[in-house]
Amino acid sequence: MSAADGNSPALALSARVRTGELSARRAAEEALQAIAASDPLLHCFNAVMADAALAAADAVDRRVAAGEDPGPLAGVPVALKDNLCTRGVPTTCSSRILEGWRPPYDATVVSRIAAAGGIAVGKTNLDEFAMGSSTENSAFGPTRNPWDLDRVPGGSSGGSAAAVAAGLVPLALGSDTGGSIRQPAALCGVVGVKPTYGLVSRYGLVAFASSLDQIGPFATNVGDAALLLEAIAGHDPADSTSIPLDPPRLVASLDHGVEGLRVGVIADFLTDASPSCADAVRRAAEALESAGASIGEVAIPELLHGLSAYYLIAPAEASSNLARYDGVRYGLRVDGPDVEAMNARTRAAGFGAEVKRRIMLGTYVLSAGYYEAYYGQAQRVRTVIVRAFATAYERFDVLLAPTSPSVAFHLGDKTGDPLQMYLSDLFTIPSNLAGHPAMSVPFALGEEAMPVGVQVLAPALAEETMFRTAAVLEAAADERARGPVRPAAPSGARG
Amino acid sequence: MAGALSPEEVAHVAHLARLELTGDEVDHFAVQLSAVLEHVESLRRLDIATVPPTSHALELVNVLREDVVRPGLDREEVLAGAPSAEAGRFRVPPILGEAP
Repeated sequence: MSAADGNSPALALSARVRTGELSARRAAEEALQAIAASDPLLHCFNAVMADAALAAADAVDRRVAAGEDPGPLAGVPVALKDNLCTRGVPTTCSSRILEGWRPPYDATVVSRIAAAGGIAVGKTNLDEFAMGSSTENSAFGPTRNPWDLDRVPGGSSGGSAAAVAAGLVPLALGSDTGGSIRQPAALCGVVGVKPTYGLVSRYGLVAFASSLDQIGPFATNVGDAALLLEAIAGHDPADSTSIPLDPPRLVASLDHGVEGLRVGVIADFLTDASPSCADAVRRAAEALESAGASIGEVAIPELLHGLSAYYLIAPAEASSNLARYDGVRYGLRVDGPDVEAMNARTRAAGFGAEVKRRIMLGTYVLSAGYYEAYYGQAQRVRTVIVRAFATAYERFDVLLAPTSPSVAFHLGDKTGDPLQMYLSDLFTIPSNLAGHPAMSVPFALGEEAMPVGVQVLAPALAEETMFRTAAVLEAAADERARGPVRPAAPSGARG
Repeated sequence: MAGALSPEEVAHVAHLARLELTGDEVDHFAVQLSAVLEHVESLRRLDIATVPPTSHALELVNVLREDVVRPGLDREEVLAGAPSAEAGRFRVPPILGEAP
């Protein structure tokens, strides 16, 4: 695992740009061409930032020419989920209510990518306001899975996952409130990471559920994901929930192995996963054992309450956060005879069905008479889950689980039944409730030759251990399960 | 069905949330939200009354900074994103029935 490793395209590209072997402009042009060629099929992007990307690439090339180091992401094209604010560039959250709005500032992660020499090339599609597990809730139409265009890429960060899986960009950012990075990563055969809550600044991430939201990287491989996380992590005074620590060092210790590591397989999740998703976890455990880790099974039945707690807590926070879309300060307004009518008409016209559903649910569970029974109880369950994890981590250093209960499903399969869609996040939600890091690594081909991801969970701020474990899994994984894949290829075939 | 929401309750919640819903939406949401509430019913039966609530994954503390003047967002740039602005302010329809 080194910068020259051909399996880490972002690390390799940055190394070539820094030595002047490859111009950042050429790298940006290639990404823009790949997007132009494939995005009409996939719809990963809400907006492509061609002029800004080329200008940023030229600036990187000038620094290289002047003998300066442009940074660890030198010339690497990066796609940004369209709920990350980009100054002067439309930021829609895939919602009509923000259509045309241009933020007056950059999110901290956007500034940090630029400061590290990375090139933002566009804004990627998502389920409206990150609410969904398939990217079908976008007001601008769904993103398609490059492995099979009739299937969803997962969600909510489906545009970012599909863009990396199709090889349009080597890196992308998503946000993960209940699995919105890890689940699409698993469904698209790429690596996706939800860092410890507070490790990455949320300043400029449009808020969905503030106590759960966290920004994280997508890459085709563990090394590139580590590179991007190092670049965006670290304390930010603009986010009061940002942990006052230096960013972790991840790339340097990726090849340190798992000798002596104690790995627990979460038994409760295996029964609820498809045969291939459960089998991948068992084989991942065997691979870690072969590499010197000790393996045990652990029952944590409390985690199965996470889904219900999440679908009370997240909508409650969302109903409060989304109150700001009132037709006054951003984007859309539908006029009415008075302010209240204008508010209600604007929100009716601007929000899609799932966002309305969650605002309604959140408003209900926070309303007088129900607060304690629903929201208060969900917060106590959150404590139960935090304690259950703590007990498990007395015996184990990391935990293994499926990322998703199934491989990518077909477009339209779950849109009529919100509860079925919510179950997609059963295995990812507990880490958000506890604020812990977790990541998905492509590991095997499953049902109908679609990729299957294995999830590595770790305690707060144990990213270094989590990435080392992921690197061992990656080395043992079925190579065919990993992007990039040619988007037009028939089901299961590799590009 | 435990936790079921009637269309009347849905309409009331929609008013609280400032969402103008159609009659069809009200009926549809009554069914769907009832299904979600039914699913979470298992939580309400957990005997955890003595467990303290967790509102946040971190130990949150007040974050203070030096009280020094710093540049804020550019007013014109912020107002440019609003549906209606006038004289350096957001413009809204009448609030208390006064003449526009």
